[in-house]
Amino acid sequence: MKFINSGVIGGVLIGFAALLYLLLYGRVLGVSGLINQTAFNKSKEQGTNKFYLAMILIGTLIGGSSYGVFFEPQFVMPNDRSPLLLIIAGLIVGFGTRMGNGCTSGHGVCGISRGSSRSIVATMTFMVSAIITVYVTSRLFQIGA
Amino acid sequence: MSNSMKSNMVSNQDKSSPIFHILMHLLIGILFGAGLAISEMANPNAVLSFLDVSAIFTQDSSFSKNASWNPDLIFVMVSAISVGVLAYAIKNKMTKPKFTSIWRLPSKLALDKPLIFGAILFGIGWGLAGYCPGPALTALVNNPMEGVYFLSSMLIGSFAFQAISTMRKT
Repeated sequence: MKFINSGVIGGVLIGFAALLYLLLYGRVLGVSGLINQTAFNKSKEQGTNKFYLAMILIGTLIGGSSYGVFFEPQFVMPNDRSPLLLIIAGLIVGFGTRMGNGCTSGHGVCGISRGSSRSIVATMTFMVSAIITVYVTSRLFQIGA
Repeated sequence: MSNSMKSNMVSNQDKSSPIFHILMHLLIGILFGAGLAISEMANPNAVLSFLDVSAIFTQDSSFSKNASWNPDLIFVMVSAISVGVLAYAIKNKMTKPKFTSIWRLPSKLALDKPLIFGAILFGIGWGLAGYCPGPALTALVNNPMEGVYFLSSMLIGSFAFQAISTMRKT
């Protein structure tokens, strides 16, 4: 058991990023939404400065590059997984998050924080769906591991 | 109404320079990405070993070094949501965001089919590879081949949904 749980530290940072974005700019920090608005101009509403949205995504890349810098990783990065698996998974995640208007950050963190019933239902649904998927793929068919 | 719409760009009341707002957005992203990295949610094996719940009982997860179940995603979610709840408590005492003139929060309330089917699909894709959109972004740095495959197909998937829903409307 680690002395201070790195999950808690990471979670506080994620929550704090969402807090800043909400209180400073009045928006929900949801990555699928940010990507869609930046890439596809999904939002036709005024006041959406794509350049600023892209800055958050670039910042996420910079912050994400600190992987393994502050804590020794407890997990090995996967390295020889099938491109086909990644492509199929990517297609489904892109389609599903667009259809359901959010992912782990938008629904799972921000939506639940503001007590949105849509987000609570969505989060429970994708959690259960993901757990079943892992059971089927890694336990029944042993793919993707 | 139209007045408030027009004034919503970052922001007419706000005297800060665009550079300041660029840096603030960058900072928000860096904090978020560092959170994903430190919690290891940026590593699909950490996510998959959480989702592999039967390992709670069998201690034989193929995703973690010591074969045990990884509870960390619960810590990540609970701590992030705790800070998030605090954020909305503070928000309720503010009349407007600090640098813009209106709150832009999702207004939809209906628990409709797209929400449910979309969440089911997202869960399937998440369980297949262990990437949700945030960690898929950070994979571009930490695991570039996987990041490129996953992220480019994710964009195609999103575009496909947009194309289908546009076709059905017209």
